[in-house]
Amino acid sequence: MGKMTKNLFLMLVILTFMLAGCVGSNATNNESDTSDEKGEKGDTVKVGVLHSLSGTMAISEVSLKNAELMAIEEINEAGGVLGKKIEPVIEDGASDWPTFAEKAKKLLQSDEVATIFGGWTSASRKAMLPVVEQNNGLLWYPVQYEGMESSPNIFYTGATTNQQIVPAVSWLLENKGKKFFLIGSDYVFPRTANKIIKAQLKAEGGELLGEEYTPLGHTDYSTLISKIKAAKPDVIFNTLNGDSNVAFFKQLKDAGIGPKDMPVLSVSIAEEEIRGIGGDVLAGHYTAWNYYQTIDTPENKDFVEKYKAKYGEELVTDDPIEAAYFAVYLWAAAVEKAGSFDVDKVRAASDGIEVQAPGGKVKIEGSNQHTWKVVRIGEIQEDGLIKELWNSGEAVKPDPYLEGYDWAKGLSSGE
Amino acid sequence: MKNISRSSYALLFIFLLCAPLFLHDFRVALLAKFLCFAILAVGICLIWGYTGILSLGHGVFFGLGAYCVAMYLKLEASPTGIPDFMGWSGIVELPGLWKPFANPYFAISAAVIVPVLLALVLGYFTFKNRIRGVYFSLISQALVVVFVTLFIGKQEITGGTNGLTNFSTAFGISLTNRGVQQVLYFITVGFLLLTVAFALWLTKSRAGKLLMAIREGENRVRFLGYNPTSFKVFVYCVSAALAGVAGGLFVLQVGMISPEMMGIIPSIEMVLWVAVGGRYSIFGAVIGAILTNSAKSFFSESYPDFWLFFLGGLFILVVLVMPNGLVGLGKSVGEKITSRIKKKEKEDVQHEAGPYVS
Repeated sequence: MGKMTKNLFLMLVILTFMLAGCVGSNATNNESDTSDEKGEKGDTVKVGVLHSLSGTMAISEVSLKNAELMAIEEINEAGGVLGKKIEPVIEDGASDWPTFAEKAKKLLQSDEVATIFGGWTSASRKAMLPVVEQNNGLLWYPVQYEGMESSPNIFYTGATTNQQIVPAVSWLLENKGKKFFLIGSDYVFPRTANKIIKAQLKAEGGELLGEEYTPLGHTDYSTLISKIKAAKPDVIFNTLNGDSNVAFFKQLKDAGIGPKDMPVLSVSIAEEEIRGIGGDVLAGHYTAWNYYQTIDTPENKDFVEKYKAKYGEELVTDDPIEAAYFAVYLWAAAVEKAGSFDVDKVRAASDGIEVQAPGGKVKIEGSNQHTWKVVRIGEIQEDGLIKELWNSGEAVKPDPYLEGYDWAKGLSSGE
Repeated sequence: MKNISRSSYALLFIFLLCAPLFLHDFRVALLAKFLCFAILAVGICLIWGYTGILSLGHGVFFGLGAYCVAMYLKLEASPTGIPDFMGWSGIVELPGLWKPFANPYFAISAAVIVPVLLALVLGYFTFKNRIRGVYFSLISQALVVVFVTLFIGKQEITGGTNGLTNFSTAFGISLTNRGVQQVLYFITVGFLLLTVAFALWLTKSRAGKLLMAIREGENRVRFLGYNPTSFKVFVYCVSAALAGVAGGLFVLQVGMISPEMMGIIPSIEMVLWVAVGGRYSIFGAVIGAILTNSAKSFFSESYPDFWLFFLGGLFILVVLVMPNGLVGLGKSVGEKITSRIKKKEKEDVQHEAGPYVS
């Protein structure tokens, strides 16, 4: 090769690196602007919004992002927090757990956000947990989960097991029968949930007829349905996730099993998921949550109207959306009480903070940073909404390690 | 030729060594992660670019290396001696499989040995039976599915979909300490340097020539009296070892590993990095891994709603316009210009044996 080529090739290499350098250094410049001011800059305060906007989880998580942005907008219109406007920094977790860790790190270290609202799957929360703990950040996690966790740097605004699964099992035992069949997707939440259910059934006189797992995304349920038919349970407890539900319920209906014969109680199907599966297929089956779109309070009517006006009339609100929405309000209230955005001060001020959420009052339990919530069992209607059949009356205290239940001893022995 | 590649490698490593001086800590940590990927990319370049075997299952070797180191880190971070997720699954005694991983030296060597053993067994049987081309690629994909299903299903031992996370210390030193992160960065640069040096030495050696000969015509190699099987198994093991090293370093930097990361999509992505950089060049594999991942971070931070379109567009562009990647583009532009000049000077254009091999 001639001298010219050498030079050209060198130049190309140098150019590539300048490009790569720009990517990095652009960001560095932005970072140095804010580095002294801890997320508060002038009259704004930055908060992170970290959900999957692409990938398999996007379909669920985009609505949480929307709910959080709506709450931020409302708070800003009412004057902001401590006189500062909230400025959301949106990041895409891309349904990929290390990306969640990477973006959480980015939000805390380079954007220096005051708090993060984010996550859906347990795996994404587990990925962010060490990051928020090591950087002493804050994370508000809005989805029901399997419990057995309580990080000082996370606030859990979704239900833990004693606010959803445990009361649902008791309700089924009392009203629908003693013989249970458990089905779930093969990952941490269903397996942990079923471990709890099995212990509870043993203690409360239920009977376990079968327990089956299918991989995430599994769509052929004929074998499983034959097994269920042969076992003849009184109820099926369903922790399937995502698309599998569509296949399972359609095939169950095709097999001639209706809610009258064997009702299915699901803990991962809310209004949003029903839209995808179809109300006609699900009608008559049960769910357990803390919020339904049909809750008849003025606050909820207002919330549903605003959400639909902003994002589309065809949309629905559901439990995780509500939990994501009031998480922003809880954080704002805690900041106001603390008089500071400092994480340690906000945490210290958080105990007993209460706000009027669309579904009723919610309160932070300081001892484990979960929220007090009312448990509601509902029946799915033809139109895709859920009719409440039973509720716990008053809010149930969160108990992520199930310490208040004798039968649950040994479940959390690893801690 | 020699001088160009020398100076481009020199530039690359000078850039990498100076990066902590002008990059924010967070960016340095990101770059360290990309360098782990670059180590893996060199392995893929050796097996795909040089030997012509397309493996779409390198996520498994990466994952195995990562899990080996992660098991040690998880045990160090568990004060009770039993990882927290095992407790939830009702396991009260540490499984035998986990016991040796309490020793860091065992864990670190296992991060290389386990992937190599798997590659050795799998490679021996597939290559011996002359399974090649698309059939080998399919087998490598099946390998991914098998391992991901196994790791998710055996939740009480592997942590299931959540994977292993929440580590605190290695050798009793906190991993989050700023200094430790910097040291880890330089260790990664060092490993990359060794990897590149080894790969260059290998490809220049007689064995390297044979690998290329296998790519160009395996049967001819066989007729010449060589046994391609052993060479193919060898290069498969080398690339598995590099993937294992990359996985181990990745866990130390990023602090987590889950079955998701060894899945089909990441495995295909790894091949894409090499394609973008230039599959026939080790230098191309390295900058391909770094640049593709930088672009991914940059786009997803700047345009969280549409970044996948940009990234997809970039991939299509590279495949359509630059079939030999960035390095190939650089060279073909360069060669066009030289040949023009040389025509004027009426000199013979020197052809080299492998036009795209640096």
